[in-house]
Amino acid sequence: MTDVTTPPTAAGAAAPPGIAARAEDGLRVLPDADPTPDTVEEAAAPSWFARQVTPARLRAFAGSLVPPVLGIGGFIVLWAIFAARIDTSLGTLPGPGEVWDAGVGLWDAFLASREEEQAFYAAQEATNVQRVADGLPPQNFVFNGPVTFVDQIWTSLRTVMLGFAIGTFIAVPIGLLSGLSKTFNGAINPLVQIFRPVSPLAWLPIVTVIISAAITSPDPLLPKAFIISALVVTLCSLWPTLINTSVGASSVPNDLINVADVLRLGWFTRLRKIVLPSALPYIFTGMRLSLGVGWMVLIAAEMLAQNPGLGKFVWDEFQNGSSQSMSRIMFAVIIIGIIGFLLDRMMAMLEGIVSRRWAAA
Amino acid sequence: MNDTPRPVQGPLTPRPQVTRRRFLLGLGAATAGGALLSACGGGGSSSSVAGAGTGATSTPAAAASGAALAVEKPNLTLGFIKLTDMAPLAIALENGYFAEEGLNVTLEAQANWKVLLDGVIGGQLDGAHMLAGQPLAATIGYGTAAPLIAPLSLDLNGNGITVSNEVWDIIRPSLPENADGTPIHPISAEVLRPVIEQFATAGKQFNMGMVFPVSTHNYELRYWLAAGGISPGYYIAGGDAVGEVAAEVPLSVTPPPQMPATMEAGTIDGYCVGEPWNQQAVNLGIGVPIATDQHVQTLNPEKVFGLREDFAAQNPGTTNAMLRAIIKAQQWLDANDNANREAAVQILSQPEYVGADFEVIAASMTGVFTFEQGDTRPAPDFNIFFRDFAGYPFYSDAIWYLTQMRRWGQIDVDQTDEWYVETANNVYRPDLYMAAATSLVDEGVIEDADLPDTDGFRGPQDDFIDGIVFDGSQPNAYLESLPIGLKAGQTVSASGVEG
Repeated sequence: MTDVTTPPTAAGAAAPPGIAARAEDGLRVLPDADPTPDTVEEAAAPSWFARQVTPARLRAFAGSLVPPVLGIGGFIVLWAIFAARIDTSLGTLPGPGEVWDAGVGLWDAFLASREEEQAFYAAQEATNVQRVADGLPPQNFVFNGPVTFVDQIWTSLRTVMLGFAIGTFIAVPIGLLSGLSKTFNGAINPLVQIFRPVSPLAWLPIVTVIISAAITSPDPLLPKAFIISALVVTLCSLWPTLINTSVGASSVPNDLINVADVLRLGWFTRLRKIVLPSALPYIFTGMRLSLGVGWMVLIAAEMLAQNPGLGKFVWDEFQNGSSQSMSRIMFAVIIIGIIGFLLDRMMAMLEGIVSRRWAAA
Repeated sequence: MNDTPRPVQGPLTPRPQVTRRRFLLGLGAATAGGALLSACGGGGSSSSVAGAGTGATSTPAAAASGAALAVEKPNLTLGFIKLTDMAPLAIALENGYFAEEGLNVTLEAQANWKVLLDGVIGGQLDGAHMLAGQPLAATIGYGTAAPLIAPLSLDLNGNGITVSNEVWDIIRPSLPENADGTPIHPISAEVLRPVIEQFATAGKQFNMGMVFPVSTHNYELRYWLAAGGISPGYYIAGGDAVGEVAAEVPLSVTPPPQMPATMEAGTIDGYCVGEPWNQQAVNLGIGVPIATDQHVQTLNPEKVFGLREDFAAQNPGTTNAMLRAIIKAQQWLDANDNANREAAVQILSQPEYVGADFEVIAASMTGVFTFEQGDTRPAPDFNIFFRDFAGYPFYSDAIWYLTQMRRWGQIDVDQTDEWYVETANNVYRPDLYMAAATSLVDEGVIEDADLPDTDGFRGPQDDFIDGIVFDGSQPNAYLESLPIGLKAGQTVSASGVEG
């Protein structure tokens, strides 16, 4: 499956989209999410809510919680034991307790910053009343306090979403075209194969130079670093969507194509009525993989592009090299993981909904 | 750090209350400062720049606030690298000096000097804490080319040269000692000669790190090595940024905060960097500072405040306001024999500024410098922000850096003495510094005696470790007087020095 041109016989057509895509990218998400979409989501939260809560089900649910709780608990215990034994130049590796404290500290800093911000604007408003009374124009300074961890999470989410949205807008049309036209596919396939494995750190200098040259306004609508990070996310994350869309568009059942031929459907109608419905589950699987890649890539991009998100937080703390830095970085790693997981579940839900709808139709 | 005779506060010390001042005090003062904007009418300038106007004439209120010019762009972003000598910027913000001038400044830590320079050139940053060599190199087109200016020197001194424990253990027995058993300073780079030979027989190179090709650290480290008879290598003509031709000790670039980790990893055997990264090596027990830049030269021009020439030309009022705020901060940092340094260290140890532990930053900023555990020496002049005319951008300082660029081949052909002077005049802007500083003298904030009476040249300087006299008006004669370094007519190619 390294070649997009492979016709969707055997593996392509028979395997459910999730497996096809994962085999394609060598990526794995969660083992329980691997079976066909129809069966995946039955075990997961949304459909569980829809059913009757029977004691048997509750027991089964509680039972299913045991292994994860054991896993996490075991990990924390091992972490606590071994962290204390690993000596670094910044002291011993922080254990779970210190990392938790670091998280609490960051939250407190966020609350303190919000208070400062309110005080700042309140004071500014009071000053402006006075200024207007004096016949002066009001001043609208933006609060310039330190960026907090919560702000950084928000910036990272916005960045990855922008990059992901741009990537999807590029990847889906190209993927559809390459699924429909063997010639087009032949033309772009080598490019896809070459650019797909490129690291975000290799894209970054190129994107930086181009964006710096392209945006000359001293006050651009969006900060350059934000756009640079988002574009790096785009460049690295559009490939799974592109490849999956292509596979989806080329694996329309022959019966449907025959029907379209008989009805003499136009190219656009054929795309809308026949191709898109069959390709949609594949597209969503691709998007889910893309978002995962994008989130992973974002942190690296932010580190160097100076986008004030989680990547810059990690880098700044590394540079600080204080006795608190390691626990802050480890807390950030956990948060990055949790957000990545939530993003993946969100996309899995979308994927499941779409699959069920179109499979039924 | 037990033997350091000064009050030690933990890293968990709460944020100092001074933080609040930047808002409250700032807003109060902004009322006065904002009066500057009263004349600006519709203006039609960029909508996101609140209250910005063009060509506002000064109003009575403006005169009362002491500034001669209106602030064209009140919302500013300034860049810095996590080094203690960014202190004037942090203090100007935290003590509300920027706000007093009607400025709303955001300080943004940068990943490395290249990112910082590109940020200033690209306009994301309105100004920055810069290496003295950066505006000079950018203006003459070595590296990224763009006309930049340095209207203010942020500080003097503040760097150290640290070697790894391995190197220190080899040289330590050979060092002459004081009565108390500590090594006599300054230590010449000559002592490295046996280490280099020992490494060579083991098939290893003796590598050192510095922070940027045009950094003060690069030139100081090279000067120190060459003064000890060791060649640090030349830059190949045509913009080479490696500079390892004919090097006995090759120097490589590492961002300051990564220095200790890079040395610990064994990639480099020593480095020259600003604080707190020498103290960090002491604190972590991975290396020993062998010299400070004060040993290399008693008063060593260090960082500058750099910005784009066109920004300063288009925003004279903003530039003036920034300089006034920074000068106030510099004065505060040195006031009453460094009495405010501990408060400054509190601020710098916050994660958004330097972020290292309080003790680590304090170890160099509060008038002492720790060379080894148990060898803490008084160093009141390790960082000078205001005394000794530290803020004034001397042309001769710029020319010294230019001579070093020529000495090591970054300037690949001979230049005339006039060229050196002219370049210094274009980049270093004492006129802007004096305009801001004299307005502060008029207001009684600083004293007349704090400003030098000078034509911008320090005159012959003999405060270097090797005693060679530098006269800023004779750069070519100076270059000929240096034993190691390019001479008139010489160029560097990959195969070596020619001519």
